[in-house]
Amino acid sequence: MAFDSLRSLGAKPPFVNQLPEGPYYGVLAEFASPADLYQACERVRDEGFTRWDAHTPFPVHGLEKAMGIRRSPLPWIVLAAGLTGAIGGFGLQWWVHASAYPLVISGKPFFSWPAFIPITFELGVLFAAFGAVFGMLGLNRLPMHHHPLFKSKVFERVTDDAFFISIESWDPKFDASATRKLLTSLGARSVELLES
Amino acid sequence: MISNEQATIPPGHSWNRIPVIGAACAVLGVVGCAVLGPGNPKQFFFSWLMAYLFFLSLALGALFFTLFMYACQGGWGIVVRRMCETVFATIPVMAVLFVPLLLGLQNLYPWSVPGAAEQDALLRWKSPFLNVPFFLIRAAIYYACWSFIALFYYRLSRGQDATGDPAISARLRKFAGPAIIVLALTSTFASIDWIVSLTPHWYSTMFGVYFFAGSFIGFIALLSVLVPAMRGAGLLDTVITAEHLHDLGKFLFAFTAFWAYIGFSQFFLIWYANLPEESFWFKARLEGSWEIVSLLLMAGHFGVPFFYLMGRDVKRNGLTLAVGGIWLLAMHFVDIYWQVMPTLHPEGIRPSVLDVAAFLAVGGCFVAAVGWLMRRQALVPLRDPRLDESLAFENA
Repeated sequence: MAFDSLRSLGAKPPFVNQLPEGPYYGVLAEFASPADLYQACERVRDEGFTRWDAHTPFPVHGLEKAMGIRRSPLPWIVLAAGLTGAIGGFGLQWWVHASAYPLVISGKPFFSWPAFIPITFELGVLFAAFGAVFGMLGLNRLPMHHHPLFKSKVFERVTDDAFFISIESWDPKFDASATRKLLTSLGARSVELLES
Repeated sequence: MISNEQATIPPGHSWNRIPVIGAACAVLGVVGCAVLGPGNPKQFFFSWLMAYLFFLSLALGALFFTLFMYACQGGWGIVVRRMCETVFATIPVMAVLFVPLLLGLQNLYPWSVPGAAEQDALLRWKSPFLNVPFFLIRAAIYYACWSFIALFYYRLSRGQDATGDPAISARLRKFAGPAIIVLALTSTFASIDWIVSLTPHWYSTMFGVYFFAGSFIGFIALLSVLVPAMRGAGLLDTVITAEHLHDLGKFLFAFTAFWAYIGFSQFFLIWYANLPEESFWFKARLEGSWEIVSLLLMAGHFGVPFFYLMGRDVKRNGLTLAVGGIWLLAMHFVDIYWQVMPTLHPEGIRPSVLDVAAFLAVGGCFVAAVGWLMRRQALVPLRDPRLDESLAFENA
């Protein structure tokens, strides 16, 4: 409700991702088995589509290869976040203990680096974990309050016994009728055009 | 399924010569020790202790690794398990290599010098534990436990090659939990007996874990060299894949951090409390050239390999993984050197020819034993019920 009133004012709710504007979300095709889906994914990949996804009730081994998914940049985000935490934690203690507010603690030098290590380590781990969680959310464009796929009645079976490919309308290769034909020719049990 | 031919060293293969090369090194080392040792017995016994601890820790690391794999039903590592078994099957050889130390206990351990306890209140207090007869009894207990566990696991696993009986796997798994407890206790006590009691006034409740951390990463480093080397020599090159190397690399990576965590925790509490009966051990290692070794351990045993092994591609390539393995194996040796030698040479690093001779003698025996066993057996557990799972293993 709050978001609706914000939207009427033309404002975007904070930290919420939205899909691009357009009349269509894309095409949704249902497949009967993991094998059908796997082969269809290989073809969709080879056709050069980039903005598409596969949906299954359980992990299908090797599907990421069939889909041609490149390696995630997430490890680099985690590394950068972890180093930021560790360097920030160490630097803060250095600045506080050796410069801003020097106190003699148990007769040790102001810059007693061993005493800084536990906090450096913990902040490194904490920031790396933040990097992993929020990086994952960001790369997956989450949170998103609603997704056009949920409008489809057949898509409810994605958590049960059906396997899907969705191709998004803003894919450069997308063409409403040609893409539907392609998916039908790949053995889809049903194909539907989804509105945004 | 793997055929016996795929999993054994073929006749005429260069690796058939490993036992001879090992034996030659051992002879060379023993001659060196026999010639130079009598002139400098204290140096000889310290050098021998250091070499002995290095290779023993690899064998104990192998035993820990195998027991963990059984206890948690690890599937991926079954293709490398026979190499672990081969390494820990050398434990009875290590028992023989322990014997020379008994000839010079007084050169190593101040508490074993007759009359030492009379002049020293702390040694008197510790003498119910630190006395020669009890020390010998404990060593016998350690070796009885280790040899029993090692040979039990080695024999039964080899037996399974012939019968393929899945009950053997179940039995070894059931035994693994209690065996880990026995091994953890005995290796803790052994590290205190053989390393900590070089400076009998010292206390460190963390030392047993520190020794374990070093043993474990030392052995994983050895495996990370051995497995790519075998593949390079055409052994198991169709059996062991980048997926298995990747998992070895992950262990190596993780345990650089574990070793650092344990090593730092030991240092940190002692440094912070700054009690003389604890801090003198580290003070000796932060003075003169020993400080360089301490810094080398921090950077070389943790910092550099931690970042080197972080990436995925480094772990999946045999050559880059082996570089990490060789580096960490060398650092594990530096770690043992750093634990043992400052007691003999508090004035600074004093390398000795006897260090090399003792290393060749103990290492030659170790390599010869491993090479000899490799010739007599399949290099993978051929009929382990879960071998297929390990062969097909893929990192998700």
